[in-house]
Amino acid sequence: MPGKSAGTVASAAPQGKYPFPRIVKPKAPAGTVYRGNVGMWSWVLHRITGVAIFFFLLVHILDTALVRVSPEAYNAVIGTYKNPIMGLGEVALVAAIGLHALNGLRIILVDFWAWGTKHQKLLQWIALALWIILLIGFVPRHLINVFSE
Amino acid sequence: MTTTIEAPRTPRTVRRRGINWEKWGWIYMRASGVVLVVLIFGHLFVNLMIGDGVKALDFAFVGGKLSSPFWQVWDTLLLWLALIHGANGMRTITNDYAHNRLVGVTLKGAILAATVVLLILGTLVIYTFDPCPAGQPVDLLPTFCPAVGS
Repeated sequence: MPGKSAGTVASAAPQGKYPFPRIVKPKAPAGTVYRGNVGMWSWVLHRITGVAIFFFLLVHILDTALVRVSPEAYNAVIGTYKNPIMGLGEVALVAAIGLHALNGLRIILVDFWAWGTKHQKLLQWIALALWIILLIGFVPRHLINVFSE
Repeated sequence: MTTTIEAPRTPRTVRRRGINWEKWGWIYMRASGVVLVVLIFGHLFVNLMIGDGVKALDFAFVGGKLSSPFWQVWDTLLLWLALIHGANGMRTITNDYAHNRLVGVTLKGAILAATVVLLILGTLVIYTFDPCPAGQPVDLLPTFCPAVGS
């Protein structure tokens, strides 16, 4: 149906040793702009940390609701947050929240700001740097609190 | 040499009328996300960094916070924004991975039920909370409670 064609594209005539762009078979599933790059891992970590934080939030609302039951009930449960194993869990929690928050801000900057879209790779490294700074500020202080006395 | 491209068989889809909920969900994740960064890091700073951090958390600490309207509003916003943000994220993940329709509907029903129950529970706790409950050991209560002074 020539009358219904969407348009025509002129393609270059075959020339040289490789007439068409040579496609190199990737060694591993990779090779697109996105897959296997930093952006993909940010996406993966955003999902994993998001799910983890969600389940913590469910538990945290329930344990805080115990203030409505009695001071003893609340203190008994919050006491478990102070043992060293939970202390390490709180480090993981803050690390997950920090990653999710900074990556979320990066996504917003890429979505709404042309500069952010253009320099999305730089933003990934800025987010990572801020995350490390956040943990340097939090982890030693928290661990001193957990392991003191 | 020219290549002819046939007209695509799929006709242009006319956008459905009504509210585009997915778009508003997308906007909500970003808008609530920015506010949550402030609310959550404020919450973490006050509860884990100031003073003795996690070691200072007990009924008296929470009672002191929740008896102030400032922290009541803070915690209400935190509860609603964070739980809906999390539930919508879980809904997105369910849509991505639950290929079986029944599994998807069941999981999303569970997410919705948990969210509604916890929003109601959490809000009731914040606004019906009594920092100085009668007949409780005085040493567990905040110092501003009348019984503590006697």
